[in-house]
Amino acid sequence: MNRWETVQDLFKNKSAVLGMLIVCVIVLTAIFGSLIAPYDPFLPAPLDRLQPPSLKHWCGTDSLGRDIFSRIVHGSRISLLIGLVAVSISLVPGTLLGLVAGYFGRTTDAVIMRCMDVLLAFPAILLAIFIAAILGPNLTNTMIAVGIVYIPHYARIVRSNVLQLKEQLFVQSVRHMGGSHLRTLLGHVLPNTLAPIIVYATLGMGTAVLQAAALGFLGLGAQPPQPEWGAMLAEGRQYIQLAPHVAAFPGLAILLLVLGFNVFGDGLRDVLDPTLRV
Amino acid sequence: MQLFLIVAGVSVVVFLMLRMIPGDPARLLLGEFASPAELTALRQQMGLDQPLPLQYTMFVKKMLTGDFGNSVRTGTPVINEIFIRLPATVELALAGMLVATFFGILAGVLSSVFRNTLIDYCAMAGALIGVSVPVFWLGLMMIYVFAVELRVLPMMGRIDLGLDVTFRSGLLLLDTLLDRNPAAFKSALQHLILPAVALSTIPMAIIARITRSSMLEVLNQDYIRTARAKGMEERVVILRHALGNAFLPVITVLGINMGILLGGAVLTETIFSWPGLGRYVVDSLMGRDYNAVQACILIFAVMMALINLAVDLIYGLLDPRIRVDE
Repeated sequence: MNRWETVQDLFKNKSAVLGMLIVCVIVLTAIFGSLIAPYDPFLPAPLDRLQPPSLKHWCGTDSLGRDIFSRIVHGSRISLLIGLVAVSISLVPGTLLGLVAGYFGRTTDAVIMRCMDVLLAFPAILLAIFIAAILGPNLTNTMIAVGIVYIPHYARIVRSNVLQLKEQLFVQSVRHMGGSHLRTLLGHVLPNTLAPIIVYATLGMGTAVLQAAALGFLGLGAQPPQPEWGAMLAEGRQYIQLAPHVAAFPGLAILLLVLGFNVFGDGLRDVLDPTLRV
Repeated sequence: MQLFLIVAGVSVVVFLMLRMIPGDPARLLLGEFASPAELTALRQQMGLDQPLPLQYTMFVKKMLTGDFGNSVRTGTPVINEIFIRLPATVELALAGMLVATFFGILAGVLSSVFRNTLIDYCAMAGALIGVSVPVFWLGLMMIYVFAVELRVLPMMGRIDLGLDVTFRSGLLLLDTLLDRNPAAFKSALQHLILPAVALSTIPMAIIARITRSSMLEVLNQDYIRTARAKGMEERVVILRHALGNAFLPVITVLGINMGILLGGAVLTETIFSWPGLGRYVVDSLMGRDYNAVQACILIFAVMMALINLAVDLIYGLLDPRIRVDE
C-alpha cells in the first residue's frame, strides 16, 4: 500500500476522521489562543471570584476571578507541548533500544530487556511521581518524568517487530550483500517498524497528557499561575462544594484531548496495522 | 529467577534515585539549626559516609529484615505504618477489580453478541471514554453528584466516625462481617463504592474492549456453529462455549490492569482521602519522607511482579497447552 492509499484509507475511517477533527480543533485553539480567549488568563479579578458559567464567562471564573475558558484555551498549548515532548522523550530512546535489543539478540537483548522489565515493574504513575519529585516540580521535569516512564513500552513494541523482521529475506539479503549493521538497522529494519511506532505514539500522546495532568493535579507538574489543566483541576478540588465548575471544565478539556488522540490512534491502527486491532 | 532479578533491579533503581535527590538527608532529619558535629554523627550512623556499593549492601540487608527505617514525619518504623495502610489499598484495589471485571466482561459480551447494534456502539463509545477520562476528575465529579448534591454516599474516608471495628485483617468489609456489625458493614460498603467505581473506570474499559474482540474471534469458530447447529441454547453457547474460550486474553489484561489499579490507587486515594498506601506515598513525597517513599515503591513493585507471576501461573491452569517455562 503506498502513502496516497494510506491517506485515502485514513480519510475513509470514521474513527480516524473524528479523532483528527478533535485534535485539529484543539491544535488550532492552541495556535490562535490569544485571539480566541476573551480575557487575560493571568489577570485576577477579585470582584468576579467563583462566578458560575454565564454569557460573560462561558466556563465561569476561578477563585481569583480569572476567566476559566481563557485559561483552558491557553492551557491547550501546555498540554499539547507536554504530549509532544514526553512522547518524543520516550519514543527516541525506546525505539533505539528496541532496535538494538531485537537485532543483536543474545546478551545485548537480555541486558536491555531486563532493564526495561525493571522500569515496567513500577506502576507508571508512581514512577512518574517519583521522578518528578526527585527532579523538582515544574513543567520541563513533568515532560521528562512522563517520557522516561514510557521508554520500555516503545522498546518492547519495536523489539518484537525487529525479531520478526530480521528473519525476513530482504533483511538477510542486505546483510549478505555486505550492508553494515547500521545500514541494515536504520535503512531497512527501522522503516518497516514505523507503522506500530506511529500508532503507539498517537495513543501515547493521550496517555502522556493524562499522566502529566495527574502530576499537575498532585502539585508535581506546572506551577501556578500557569494555566495547566491538571493544576487547574487541583485548584477546583477545594471549591467542589461551592463552585464545581472550577474543576469540571479543565477535566472536560483533558477528557476531550485524550479522547481525540485515542480515537485517532484507534483509526490509525486500523489503517496502518490491523493486526493490533482490539 | 525473573522475579528475583526484577526485585533486585527495582531495589537498585530506588536506591540510586533516592541518592540523586538534592540535599543532605542528615540535614533534612535534624533541621536547619543542627551543628556540624551532629550532622557528621548522624551521617556516620546512617552510613552515608560509606561508598555507594557498601551503602547499597546495607540497604538490602536492612530491607530483607523488613527494616526500612523510621518515618521522618512520625518517628515510627515505616514498616508499621505500611502494614496499617496496606489493607486499605488491597480492599480498594480488589473492589475496583471486581467492579471492572464484572461490568467490563458484561459490556464486552453484550457488545459482541449484539454486534453493530446500538448496544455495541454505546458500549464501545463508553469504553473509549472510559480509557480517556482522568480518574481524579471523575472522582471529583462523583463526589459532587453523589455526596454533595444527592447526599446518598459519603464524600471521603473508609467508615463513619464513631463506629467501632475490631482490626483483624484490615479489610473493613470482612472485619465488620466478622464482628457481625451490620451498621459498620453498611458504612464501610457505602464509603467503598465511589472510590472503587472511580478506580475501576480505565480497567473496565480495557476489559470490555478486549472481551469484545476476543469474543468476536471465538464466535466465528466452527465449534460455535456446531453447538448452535445441535440446537443448544444461545445462552449456553455464549456463556459456556464462547466466553470460556475467550477468557485467556482477558486474563492477560486482568494482570496488566492490576498494575493500573495499584497506580490509580495513588490518585483515587488522594481524592477520596482513603487512608491507603497510595495516599501515604504522595504525602511522604510531599513531606520528603524518603524512607517511607522507598519502602512503598518497593512494595508496589514487588506486588506488581507477584501479580505478573500469578497471571503466568493462571495461564497454565486455564490452558494446559501453555506452560510457564515456555
